[in-house]
Amino acid sequence: MLPFGFEWIWDMSHLVFMGGLWYALTIIGVGMAYCIIKAAVDTIQGKGAHHH
Amino acid sequence: MDSALFPKGVKRCPTWKFALWIGAVGIVLLWGVYAMLLCWLKGLNQTNMNDYYGFALWIWADLAVIALGGGAFFTGFLRYLVGKEELKNIINFAVLIGFICYSSALLILAIDVGQPLRSWFIFWHANVHSMLTEVAFCLTCYFGVLTIEYLPLILENRQIDKVPFFHNLGHNMHEIMAVFAATGAFLSFFHQGSLGGVAGVLFGRPFAFREGILIWPWTFFLFTWSAAAFGPCFTIFLLKITEKITAKKLVKDSTVWLLAKISGWMILTYIVAKTIDTIYWLTVTAPGAGYSAGFFYDNWFYNIGWLIAEIVVGGFIPALILITEKGRKNPTSLFVAVLLGVIGVSINRWVMVLQVMAVPVMPFDTWALYYPSWQEVATTILPVAYGIILVSLSYRYLPVFPNEVELNAAPEPVAVPETDPDMPAEAAPARA
Amino acid sequence: MEMNAKQHKYGMVIDLDKCTGCGACMVACMAENNVPFKKDESDNKRDSITWMRVFKVSNDKPYPEADICYLPRPCMHCEGHDGHSPCVSVCPATATDYSQETGVVSQIYTRCFGCRYCMAACPYHARYFNWWDPVWPEGMEKYLSPNVSPRMRGVVEKCSFCFHRYQLAMEKAHYEGRAELEEQEYQPACVQACPAGAIVFGDLNNPEHRVTRIVEPDPHHHFTGHSKKALRLLEQLGTNPKVYYLTERQWVRKALDQYNFGSQAAAH
Repeated sequence: MLPFGFEWIWDMSHLVFMGGLWYALTIIGVGMAYCIIKAAVDTIQGKGAHHH
Repeated sequence: MDSALFPKGVKRCPTWKFALWIGAVGIVLLWGVYAMLLCWLKGLNQTNMNDYYGFALWIWADLAVIALGGGAFFTGFLRYLVGKEELKNIINFAVLIGFICYSSALLILAIDVGQPLRSWFIFWHANVHSMLTEVAFCLTCYFGVLTIEYLPLILENRQIDKVPFFHNLGHNMHEIMAVFAATGAFLSFFHQGSLGGVAGVLFGRPFAFREGILIWPWTFFLFTWSAAAFGPCFTIFLLKITEKITAKKLVKDSTVWLLAKISGWMILTYIVAKTIDTIYWLTVTAPGAGYSAGFFYDNWFYNIGWLIAEIVVGGFIPALILITEKGRKNPTSLFVAVLLGVIGVSINRWVMVLQVMAVPVMPFDTWALYYPSWQEVATTILPVAYGIILVSLSYRYLPVFPNEVELNAAPEPVAVPETDPDMPAEAAPARA
Repeated sequence: MEMNAKQHKYGMVIDLDKCTGCGACMVACMAENNVPFKKDESDNKRDSITWMRVFKVSNDKPYPEADICYLPRPCMHCEGHDGHSPCVSVCPATATDYSQETGVVSQIYTRCFGCRYCMAACPYHARYFNWWDPVWPEGMEKYLSPNVSPRMRGVVEKCSFCFHRYQLAMEKAHYEGRAELEEQEYQPACVQACPAGAIVFGDLNNPEHRVTRIVEPDPHHHFTGHSKKALRLLEQLGTNPKVYYLTERQWVRKALDQYNFGSQAAAH
């Protein structure tokens, strides 16, 4: 549910619980995006190639 | 044949033997998959659930695996947030078990709901006042976290690691793992609690209902506490079984003892709180709604034995064994303690689901007992088979146990420090 | 929502001393609401759908004191505390709702995804799960009510106080330029079918309605009935149900008292 959904109510419960969900999803999403992008950049820069 | 995939320096059984093992477990898995498909295609009439037992075996299995999978978040919490470095030797295994437990829980839920294709309603049309909404939110997010925690281990496979991108990805994920672990711990505190809240808020069910603070009934806190307490028991329990089957020592004793000790104290504090909660409920809450203590256990099946088994046999006894040095350092008593702990928390989840349904509430109702259909049993065993396969594959191809090589290198030098129970944690080797 | 709509609280009172246990209310309900049934209903009643269900309570005494009380049990449309009914508060997908406008607990079949948490929450067992897809005997589809949507497998359903009748009555009232309904304009099928006149239905907020005059609900005390004859099932749990029962038989009052029930060892 997003704030523009027809069921959304601007109250504490919605802010806390839906906010918590989106907050957690954001951390997970941004964290993974950071790892993947950085890995791609590292690979282009030649890191990890002579690991073995 | 597949030795190029093994972690460096470890010994594994021949391929044919492994294939045979996977094949045998695979048959059980297929049986479960067949039952699962029956439930999906023909509907929940394949079960023995009924309108008195809307929640049954599956929901118990769900709650139980989530509690037992609590070892992942709590070990992660202890390692990354409390700073118990020693636990890095067992964290991979704890994460693996957690991943299996949570993926199983989600699968069970997908079979359990009547209209699985509408499951997204819980997110999109969420009722933020429902404990189950909170469970769904945190469970899904935490499963994502567990996948992220498990992924680097897969990337560490000898062949995958050779690919620079995967090597870099694994490295980067390790770097910020504390962020994920912290998120996971936060989510776990909530969903474990909400699962307790699911039962505790049922004010129409005097067996389940508990008072609490603000919107959270006491069961909220008790469930979180018990998952943190008993989760590590399950991790140790499965570790010991894995060591038995592989005939290898996989994790240092000092690590196991540390986790066992923490688990023991957690269980002790939990079970004291649980006892207080039980006494208050049986003497104040339930009588206030018109139900005496004896009423809830006045059935040939659901008798007082369940309460004793949960609190004494599955609570106080494992706690007392694990907090004593002698108890946790003796392999037999350690195994007995973690096994009792696993049983204890499973009984707790059982009564909080099934006995809640069984106790009559309306004055002209009678006790409702239920036995599961084979389809329910098969789909409940399905995750077990799946778990065995995933542990087997992970053990064979991934560096789950960082100390395996060192612990199994040569029999003589390893034997000496191991027989010394007072030996403190050895100087930690350079981080992997 | 109408600006001038008053808050109604539709409720029911069932006279247990009048009920003969004939089951006409159950039959009327099944027919009115397209309630599905199994091919063989003789075995396990615990997966049969009966929005209105008549329970039989006996005083367990030999002749000549033997007596039986039949207790029709629809959905209680609990208000709980401020609309916080046991089932509504737990539904994760908002598939069931407490209407402050009518006091009816609704069930949105197309929203329900079948988790059955509401069933676990309801102490009256008023909620039923569709374990099967409905199958109507050849030709019977023609008898289905067009005003009530049939339900598919995998969702929960329950008594709606024949809410479609309320909607039809409101439509008619609006057409005639009225915002309020007359007492007789909205009556559930079970009420009209009862040959003994044991069920009375109306707005508990309206002092003119029979149901209010019989029960004399006290709005300051969770609508507990002032009438000495009135009682509600499991009132002490805080469910605040809107279905009242009447009886003058002492043994029935005792048999329906949860304190009496819960304090004795359930020997039978």
